Amino acid sequence: MAVEFFYPEYEIVRNFDRCIACRVCERQCANEAHEYRSEDKKMAADDAKCVSCHRCVSFCPTRALKIVKTDHTFRENANWDGKSIKEIYKQAESGGVLLSSMGNPEKYPVYFDRILLNASQVTNPSIDPLREPMETRVFLGAKPENIERDENGRIKNNMPPQIMLSMPVMFSAMSYGSISYNAHESLAKAATELGILYNTGEGGLHENLYRYGKNTIVQVASGRFGVHKKYLSGAAAIEIKMGQGAKPGIGGHLPGTKIMGEISKTRMIPEGTDAISPAPHHDIYSIEDLRQLVYSLKEATGYTKPVIVKVAAVHNVSAIASGIARSGADIIAIDGFRGGTGAAPTRIRDHVGIPIELALASVDKRLREEGIRNRVSIVAGGSIRSGADVVKAIALGADCVYIGTAALVALGCRLCRSCHTGRCNWGIATQREDLVKRLNSDWGCKRLVNLLTAWKHEIMEMMGGMGINSIESLKGNRLMLRGVGLNEKELEILGIKHAGE
Amino acid sequence: MREGMFRNVSGCAISGIISKSGKRFSGQTIVDSVAVMHERSNGLGGGFSAYGIYPEYKDYYAFHIFYDHKTAKRDCEEFLEEHFEIINLSKIPTRKVPQITDEPLIWRYFLTPLPTKLADSQLDEREYTVRCVIRINTTVSGAHVFSSGKNMGVFKAMGYPEDVGRFYRLEEYEGYCFTAHGRYPTNTPGWWGGAHPFALLDYSTVHNGEISSYDANRRTIEMYGYKCTLQTDTEVITYIIDYLHRKKGLTLKEICSVIAAPFWSDIERKPQEDREELEYLRNAFSPLLITGPFSIIVGFEGGLMALNDRLKLRSMVVAEKGDTVYVASEEAAIRVIENNPDKIWHPKGGEGVIITLEKGNP
Repeated sequence: MAVEFFYPEYEIVRNFDRCIACRVCERQCANEAHEYRSEDKKMAADDAKCVSCHRCVSFCPTRALKIVKTDHTFRENANWDGKSIKEIYKQAESGGVLLSSMGNPEKYPVYFDRILLNASQVTNPSIDPLREPMETRVFLGAKPENIERDENGRIKNNMPPQIMLSMPVMFSAMSYGSISYNAHESLAKAATELGILYNTGEGGLHENLYRYGKNTIVQVASGRFGVHKKYLSGAAAIEIKMGQGAKPGIGGHLPGTKIMGEISKTRMIPEGTDAISPAPHHDIYSIEDLRQLVYSLKEATGYTKPVIVKVAAVHNVSAIASGIARSGADIIAIDGFRGGTGAAPTRIRDHVGIPIELALASVDKRLREEGIRNRVSIVAGGSIRSGADVVKAIALGADCVYIGTAALVALGCRLCRSCHTGRCNWGIATQREDLVKRLNSDWGCKRLVNLLTAWKHEIMEMMGGMGINSIESLKGNRLMLRGVGLNEKELEILGIKHAGE
Repeated sequence: MREGMFRNVSGCAISGIISKSGKRFSGQTIVDSVAVMHERSNGLGGGFSAYGIYPEYKDYYAFHIFYDHKTAKRDCEEFLEEHFEIINLSKIPTRKVPQITDEPLIWRYFLTPLPTKLADSQLDEREYTVRCVIRINTTVSGAHVFSSGKNMGVFKAMGYPEDVGRFYRLEEYEGYCFTAHGRYPTNTPGWWGGAHPFALLDYSTVHNGEISSYDANRRTIEMYGYKCTLQTDTEVITYIIDYLHRKKGLTLKEICSVIAAPFWSDIERKPQEDREELEYLRNAFSPLLITGPFSIIVGFEGGLMALNDRLKLRSMVVAEKGDTVYVASEEAAIRVIENNPDKIWHPKGGEGVIITLEKGNP
């Protein structure tokens, strides 16, 4: 074999005692890893084509299949690991930038896993959410600076536009194009049923989905795809995407092969053209330009909708957030470096940006130091994996979290990180009609509703344990957190004490 | 270790009495009331606030200050002279009580802001005074202003409340309203400043409970220029009330709807106008919602407010006899001073009882 061949990372293991050669695996695999050999009436597999998405494993009626990590290996080398070597082979062959999908999978610290929660006892009773009200409703948006009263002394309603959520979780931006129509519809339906919001991402909004407008955040990003008056006014809120945690500093690229039919129409670009979102907005080269876009969008919608500005968590994120808070934005969304994506240059995904926990803690602290924390709400995203992560993020100072990857996993995603190939066997990150059909949006909606209902129960249990019966009393309540195995500097940035203190 | 260096949670006894007509009565009554609840304290803190006790100086801020040492007194007086006209100063009269030991220097000053300084600061008189109090408490080592209102005063110490009352000769003061506190802290406060009531200007708070929202409340209120040096619930509650009442102009009833806000499910059942207002208040001031058990009595110039947490996780009883209103952690603490009240009731969680003096009093 030639130098560019390497033994596959994962092997398809088939138990021939169980295999009945029904060929389900073959039909389910868009990567064509399985094949029926008519000569001996047996199934065969090409491990090299397998992405470990488990579609075949899930559908095998006799449980004859499993995917295992190969034991084939390079000579051990703590510096030159197999991944580094293989990437060199690939680039020596192609001369190109390596592409990857989903969030940063590398071994950086996950601070959420180094933070523990409190519970009350003796001096303060815990509260049983099954017996007592336990409130998770949140409002996002700027709060009024001053109380105004009418001639009768009643408080005037001078509240800027708000988003009301039944729980502090929203689905983060994933465009129609990067994910399928059915995945989009699943999110829209679930958001509506749950009383939360989902986000269109930069791909416009399919005309069938306008009916979910009250639960929709529409995104305006650097490519401005699909942005028009009806798009803006049909939504509950508008998000300006300045950056994304998975690929800070760069834009996006949906290849022309995916810009067909409905997607081309929704994005408002000709079929077959590449949809390129530039790295910066070419009308925003500084903070004062951002302010102009914020107010342009507010003017366009009559000051009736909150404007969110989404940024990637990078080194100076707290200074940026402080600038955004003074630019008329109602909500700041911060996306940590583990946030997912349909496609990103591997080096960017794995080496740019900072963890959401640190970014969130420092932004919340900075806005408080400057006395402007109530001017904006904070939404934290970039790998929120469970109800516990939600509680920790809120206690660090977030008003709400965004989930993207977790929502896709609920729809079947196995994190095989091959979205950029467009052959998602689960019907999520693909536009191939036969694959998209595999995801039914009613079924998808149900799974998302189940997931967040479960999380909500968990959140309420944890809050009750802490003696807190309303989510607003958890927000920024860092005394409820303790670090384990963190150094002084990390604790200082997170603004928490060490366990035992 | 002393209070302020660690978070100290406490169980407690509280009591309050107010004459709506503004009739002044001796401080002995409140001492008798709180003494009944001896078992609710553990001797690590007791105190009183008394309103209407300085009629002859009613236009001046009465600062009660603890000094750890003479240097603190010198430094603090230097600061006071720079910022205020000192109308009168004296030691606060005490009597020796075997149960009360290690007392700091305890001084009282009647002050009025220096007009030129006040004009230069571009602040109103009350804000100017608040800032001076916070400055002293955070920067003058060994000095602690524990009372700073007009025509009112706080008296507190380490010990059981009834002993603290005797120590400060409370029976010699006459006021129209008193509140009392007996403390059961889980840690030794280490100094007298940690005892309650906690006061700022004429707002004084006595509190029983441990609030679970503490750090959310603290981090919010510190954004508005307050500094929580004691790390106690009472301190943060006092600041919240001062902020909402004095700075934001909310009424006491509205304040109750912020700090012990009704549940959303209750708000939704209200008539539209009330619903909108309650939703507005909860949303606008959401980080100032207080959760976890508490019963508080807030004294202020011309009135008193008693409030329980939303779930009523602490006991609190209110009674009325003639023009006098009584509030206490236990009914016994009311019966001992008024055995035959006209009316006695347990206010619901989140339902503020607000008593103000009848017009023209005192």
